[in-house]
Amino acid sequence: MDVPILKQGDVLIASIQAALSDQDLIALRDSLASRIGRFRSRGVIIDLMALDVLDSFATRMIRDIAYTARLRGAITVVVGIQPEVAFAMVQLGLSLEGIATALDLEEGLAHLSGRERKRAARS
Amino acid sequence: MPREVSVPIERELDIVAARQAGRELASALGFSTTDQTLLATAISEVARNIVNYAGSGNVLVARVDDESGRIGIVVIASDRGPGIADVDQAMRDGYSTGNSLGVGLPGARRLVDDFHLASAPGQGTTVTLKKWLR
Repeated sequence: MDVPILKQGDVLIASIQAALSDQDLIALRDSLASRIGRFRSRGVIIDLMALDVLDSFATRMIRDIAYTARLRGAITVVVGIQPEVAFAMVQLGLSLEGIATALDLEEGLAHLSGRERKRAARS
Repeated sequence: MPREVSVPIERELDIVAARQAGRELASALGFSTTDQTLLATAISEVARNIVNYAGSGNVLVARVDDESGRIGIVVIASDRGPGIADVDQAMRDGYSTGNSLGVGLPGARRLVDDFHLASAPGQGTTVTLKKWLR
């Protein structure tokens, strides 16, 4: 199942709706990496609100996606991790080190626009 | 709700079916949403190991009752894959022979109440997990 990617200004938003296969996650990574170039995006939001389990494999894939996006010049914010999912991740020993997180889509967009303002203020 | 569900694991999508079976049984028995998620995540890890290391196997999810009247869920993830030569090493955090984070088995152990791993080279692997209703 393809993950729909929305473009809002210079941010790409990927909302993960269901349990994804490895192939879907790899396709999402590739698709985001190319769209960052096509749309000159500066930010990526990955919305995990609909996911009920984030195991070690999916966590690694989300990390890979965020690191790939960063190498393409875009910052990723992971949003929508449910409380139970967060608890399970901590017990498993998983983290999203070095990757910004926010409560939901709204907070994620606010985080990215805050960064953008700081960047504009510097230049 | 049947008392036990057996999910053959042959490909990645079966991992999702196995963890959903675990979540449904846990929900039917009255487990909290948090405990349902912990169990589903543990099932995901052990089922993932079957796909990655053995190719195929089976996950059985069943209700279990102990002598003191406790209600729980037992998960038996078994395969006839290559087996694990050094079980202690496989249970160590950060150890992985595959392309993974190396948290699968030790992580799954922390998500459940009882954890047992039986394996030998050439004999396959059986992981048994239990989580009790509280």
